[in-house]
Amino acid sequence: MAAAQPNRLPRGGRIDRSRPLAFSFDGKALEGFAGDTLASALLAGGVSVLGRSFKLRRPRGIVGSGAEEPNAIMQIGEGATAQPNPPATQVPLHDGLTARSTRGWPGVRFDLGAVNGALGRMLGAGFYYKTFMWPRSWWKHYEHAIRKSAGFGRVPEGPDPDRYEHMNAHCDVLVAGGGPAGLMAALVAARSGARVILADEQNEFGGSLLASGARIDAAPASDWAAAAVVELRETQDCVLLPSSTVFGYHDHNFLTIAERCGPQGRGVRERLWRVRAKQVVLAQGSLERPLVFCNNDRPGVMLASAVSTYIQRYGVLPGRRAVVFTNNDSAYQAAINLAVAGAEVAAIVDSRAGGGGELAAGAQSLGIPVLKGHVVSDVAGRRRVAGARIARWEGRSWGTVKSTTRIDCDLVAVSGGWSPAVHLHSQAGGQLAWDPSKLCFLPAKARQANVSAGAGNGKWRLGECLADGLRAGVEALSEAGLKTAAVRAPDASADAEEKMIEPLWRVPAAKDADRCPMQFIDLQNDTTVADIRLAAREGYRNVEHVKRYTALGFGTDQGKLGNINGMAVLADTLGKPIADVGTTTFRPAYTPVSFGVCAGESTGPLYDPVRTSAIHEWHEAAGAPMETVGQWHRPWYFPQDGEDIQAAVARECLAVRNSLGVMDASTLGKIDARGPDALEFLERIYTHDVARMKVGRCAYGMMLGEDGMVMDDGVMARTAERGFYLTTTTGGAAAVLEWMEKWLQTEWPELEVYLTSLTDHYSTIAVAGPNSRKLLEKLGCDTPLDRERFAFMAMKPAVLAGMRVALFRVSFSGELAFEINIDSRHALDMWRTLMEAGKEFCITPYGTETMHVLRAEKGFIIAGQDTDGSVTPVDLGMKWLLSKEKDFLGKRSLERPDCLRDDRKQWVGLLAGDGRTVLPEGTQLVGDSGEAAPMCGHVTSSYFSACLGHPIALALVAGGRRRRGETIYAALPGRKPLPAQIVPPVFYDPKGKRQHV
Amino acid sequence: MKHYSALGLLRNALGRNRRWTPAWRSAGPKKSYDAVIVGGGGHGLATAYYLARDHGLRNVAVLEKGWIGGGNTGRNTCIVRSNYLWTEASLLYEKSLKLWEGLSRDLNFNVMFSQRGVYNLGHSLQDLRDIERRVNANRLNGIDAEVVGPAKIKKAIPCINTSPGARYPILGASLQRRGGVARHDAVAWGFARAADALGVDIIEQCEVTGIEVRAGRALGVATTRGAISSERIGVAVAGNAGVLAKMAGLRLPVESHPLQAFVSEPVRPVLNTVVMSGAVHGYISQSDKGELVVGAGIDAYNGYGQRGSFPVIEQAMQAVIELFPAFSRVRMLRLWGGIVDICPDACPIVSKTPVEGLYFNCGWGTGGFKATPGAGWVFAHTLACDRPHELNAPFSLERFSSGALIDEHGAAAVAH
Amino acid sequence: MLLIECPWCGPRAETEFSYGGEAGIFRPADPHALSDAEWADYLFYRSNPRGTHRELWNHAQGCRRWFGVERDTVSYRIKRTYCLSGASGGQPDGSAGGLEAGSGKRR
Repeated sequence: MAAAQPNRLPRGGRIDRSRPLAFSFDGKALEGFAGDTLASALLAGGVSVLGRSFKLRRPRGIVGSGAEEPNAIMQIGEGATAQPNPPATQVPLHDGLTARSTRGWPGVRFDLGAVNGALGRMLGAGFYYKTFMWPRSWWKHYEHAIRKSAGFGRVPEGPDPDRYEHMNAHCDVLVAGGGPAGLMAALVAARSGARVILADEQNEFGGSLLASGARIDAAPASDWAAAAVVELRETQDCVLLPSSTVFGYHDHNFLTIAERCGPQGRGVRERLWRVRAKQVVLAQGSLERPLVFCNNDRPGVMLASAVSTYIQRYGVLPGRRAVVFTNNDSAYQAAINLAVAGAEVAAIVDSRAGGGGELAAGAQSLGIPVLKGHVVSDVAGRRRVAGARIARWEGRSWGTVKSTTRIDCDLVAVSGGWSPAVHLHSQAGGQLAWDPSKLCFLPAKARQANVSAGAGNGKWRLGECLADGLRAGVEALSEAGLKTAAVRAPDASADAEEKMIEPLWRVPAAKDADRCPMQFIDLQNDTTVADIRLAAREGYRNVEHVKRYTALGFGTDQGKLGNINGMAVLADTLGKPIADVGTTTFRPAYTPVSFGVCAGESTGPLYDPVRTSAIHEWHEAAGAPMETVGQWHRPWYFPQDGEDIQAAVARECLAVRNSLGVMDASTLGKIDARGPDALEFLERIYTHDVARMKVGRCAYGMMLGEDGMVMDDGVMARTAERGFYLTTTTGGAAAVLEWMEKWLQTEWPELEVYLTSLTDHYSTIAVAGPNSRKLLEKLGCDTPLDRERFAFMAMKPAVLAGMRVALFRVSFSGELAFEINIDSRHALDMWRTLMEAGKEFCITPYGTETMHVLRAEKGFIIAGQDTDGSVTPVDLGMKWLLSKEKDFLGKRSLERPDCLRDDRKQWVGLLAGDGRTVLPEGTQLVGDSGEAAPMCGHVTSSYFSACLGHPIALALVAGGRRRRGETIYAALPGRKPLPAQIVPPVFYDPKGKRQHV
Repeated sequence: MKHYSALGLLRNALGRNRRWTPAWRSAGPKKSYDAVIVGGGGHGLATAYYLARDHGLRNVAVLEKGWIGGGNTGRNTCIVRSNYLWTEASLLYEKSLKLWEGLSRDLNFNVMFSQRGVYNLGHSLQDLRDIERRVNANRLNGIDAEVVGPAKIKKAIPCINTSPGARYPILGASLQRRGGVARHDAVAWGFARAADALGVDIIEQCEVTGIEVRAGRALGVATTRGAISSERIGVAVAGNAGVLAKMAGLRLPVESHPLQAFVSEPVRPVLNTVVMSGAVHGYISQSDKGELVVGAGIDAYNGYGQRGSFPVIEQAMQAVIELFPAFSRVRMLRLWGGIVDICPDACPIVSKTPVEGLYFNCGWGTGGFKATPGAGWVFAHTLACDRPHELNAPFSLERFSSGALIDEHGAAAVAH
Repeated sequence: MLLIECPWCGPRAETEFSYGGEAGIFRPADPHALSDAEWADYLFYRSNPRGTHRELWNHAQGCRRWFGVERDTVSYRIKRTYCLSGASGGQPDGSAGGLEAGSGKRR
């Protein structure tokens, strides 16, 4: 069943009438054709109220035909693939499309919120700032009510199932806009062999030519455009991007383009082109301005150019009886198009006493009455225009009109002149200059490598527009240092002789300006002439203040429709020239772009991809929950048969202390440092005396920032006279390497040292516990492992279980332990071998939590947990680690007065007074049990020690070391402060005998 | 100053709003003032207001090179909170928050301070330790704070992704219920109007081009509108602090960086609080108009351009989608940049300087907006008494030599 | 997004680089001879100019070399990039933006 399309013309337009498409609007079934936009199909279907304004909730209809549309803000689709907020003018129609209006309750045609309209006077600009302050605490209630009416569309339900991608591109010439000027510029660039990208926001190239009756080179203009597109498509190194909006012009001639891929996207919904262009031709055309008169927001008041577009391009007649209101010649074309399409044009109302040029004569020859020196001062009708009130134009914006006559009509087509789309030029830092004869801002001096062309450069007429496109193309080529092919501008059918536009920024009404609040400047935000005058009266005179006070230009159309009129009214109010009022800054995006396309592929699992060790699959199979550490996922603990974390960790801890545990320590950063000056370099980087290390020996090393604070730590080994193997924390690896390189390259280039990251190349398996030596011996090791020949803190290359490894006899648990460093390719094999051979010792894999408990029992720090960027080695009680013999990074800072204070926070052990509470990490400590006691420190690490049978904690406490034995208090939320005793930070085997066995 | 009241509003509306008068006078500079504040942003205007109100100093000028509130005051993401880690910082921000709570009434101007709560998310065990530590410290300092778990977070913010399988799973958060957002422009306008009513001259389009210093004393400023003498000069120019310092022959330990933010198109209410995440580096709220307001990270390089690099925006989008997967189809309407001046310890400088009579309020980094009333209040005290208030004493220039830094990096990697 | 010419690899997108702050900050030869104020100056005080800024960048996702850049902090225009020589990367080695190898005996 074909739904009625009462406003569809019997023929014409670039739609495919053989492909009807069914769609719905607010649940009502409608039909359009392939090639329609949602807006053209809705107009064809006779829908006139599509939205409600933001503040006053007035009924609104379609005004424009493109990006400037402020009213027809839609919700498209349902569920997770819904799209909030596109204007109907920019939604290509497809079969089954469901559209909903986004404002009005219960519906867009009848909206209870319209009561706001009656309160219009109360709700003037800045209204919010002056009220809702009484009673003092009530703003949240007022706000709650205000927020209820916020927004247009709804956020989709659920995660976005669609894909987005990023594409990087370089070109010689990027042409933004595929109308006559853009096509011309692209043609000359392509014929000259340049690498060209041409992007246009519409799904078809041609811009204004698609709705034009003009002829180029004796053929219809749209044919010329089609031929140009074919030629460009066939040219090598020319990329054509339809449905692609150049929305951002950034520094260094970097531009961002959002491409809407549609069904051709093969699963990609939108693509972000990140283009570095040598030269940019900006040819985005111009935007028509509406006129400002009473009730100029009624459905049925449309831009004249939009009326032409709907007739010519979509075969839709937006009204039956029209009044055309203008201050320039371009609207006469709309009148002619209306008349030719069969509408009655009741009158052309032209504010200019002299009327129009050649086009005017054409209109008159069709029998259209022209009222020169007249204006439309008011419009009748509520949900649809019913008539226009006509008055004489006295040439003054202010004052009142005395008498008017009414002309019945259902359409008022308006044109207040044209504003070049200078957005990208301005985003790029280019200047703008007011042209007092064309009445618009034109692009002036560019700041980057860009040139403006065509209507976007104030060349309205087709012939000059094409020529300007050619000029811009040639200029861009020459600036890019490329040769230019000889190209002539095509002949456009003689442009009609025009009469100049005349200023008409506001039409006086029956009452004075402040008494007729319904003269709209910004339709979406309900900003009126009275609002702008009020703002100025209250001292908000800078254009930025006016904008922010009245919300002018803050709608989804970003002021494309209303900003210039607003500035002109402000200038008029202040008695200043428009040029002195100036425009506000243009910022990306030219038209809105989805978060998804900006994010690109980097979402979900590809958002900061997880790093895992070579043994990871074993951990996963063992069911270990993971802990996120830096970019890595590390096994947290290995639960057995329904164990919780406490039980698993207790079991793992006891296994290490009593027999044998094994841990994957591969995520530690590993850096190979070698070269003739490696020793000298590391002496400057580390705090200890590196020179004392013999080849084959390990040492615990610490790095400080130049501010003296602990930065990173780890075991380092001397592998050769001139070679070292350094380890860092898991999270710090990349930063430490870059930091070392910076010192090396920028401060000490005379040192010959080579740093190589080995983090991924080597895996590290820690085997810890009294039986660790036995395990390795059982596996067969070519190196003797006994205490004498492989001492604590020694390091040796070895062959273990037939695999080449580097063995470190180091311990982060305090037990006899070895760290096996092995090529990552063999790590999983080695792990499995260890697990198999270790069965007789009940080998127990353990995770990061157990590692933390074991090291805490021994009082070893975790940089980043027990330190926070404000802790020095002295604070940690590690003064022994600081060389007295040499300078090292950060040493001088330790001598600053604040670092020498003896009441600094110092690292100590802490035992809960009740012997059973595990103090939460992050608990603050106070000096006494009083309510308001000042804080003196906090708990950095805290665990239940299965091996000791009680909880242990580590803490930073002001002056802590000399307060050993004192009782302080843990301030637990909602509980009485719990006493805790300060003790040394080593709880287990304080003499360190176990690791030396 | 015309007092705003419900009755007045009604009366004016009946009078077609023609009886309103300027919110502040458009003053021209006099030859001399008791105090000159350089910078007509929120901080400068607040300083002038509190100087006039609390210290009886009314012969005061605020000099603004452009339009008031045109710098970072009008370019931020409007977040207000006081749940900082270190006592020194949290007490200063808490003073500010307390002032925010009465600000609309104090100024007789609705700054729309909306205490909708601020969540700082934790995504790792270390994040949770830090949250616990900060919340406990806040509570002991008398600042409201609580730790909330994923279930509670999900209940308060239904559209947030609390799936444990997320790349950055949400393991918990700190919540400051008294935190929230305010209307940024209104803060500048409200302080301007209230200061003006107390006699302060607010002078726009007046750029300071030099600071006159003789024998270690500040004597006045040179401006594009002539010389102005004053023996008390307070500088509150955010990103341009270094430029002003140079005029007085001083250097500051601050660097200026671009900081970007963006808003979406207005959508129906979906997020009724403020969500921040240091780990994914994004923070987000929804304005009363329905726009999602998103703060991005700082551009790494120094810059005075009020614009940054697009990849930073891409990263912020990725962060938002990681937290709110359904926001992927919402569209960005507008992005912009400001210039933030950052100290090495991510804490401000509100301090006397080696030049007598010259005072600096700068280095707020990304935290300046929330501090507006508090910073103005302590800076006014510092200017009026020629010594810092105990709240801003720790934020002196001396700390950079002594080493007594107040390092907020650890707790607030994203300190917005 | 800036386009930065790595002296070794040529022009690359900003995202391949990491920023290293102001160039020409020399680490004092004998830090312990400095007063606290002088040490603070080295540690924390930067010129932070509004205009030409000499700064360090690292081609982190390329050759991993640090090099110098002269950039305007208002227009963001890069005047030149240069290889480093001498202490602290402050001094250009005269090969303005050239592709010559860096100096220092290390490479």
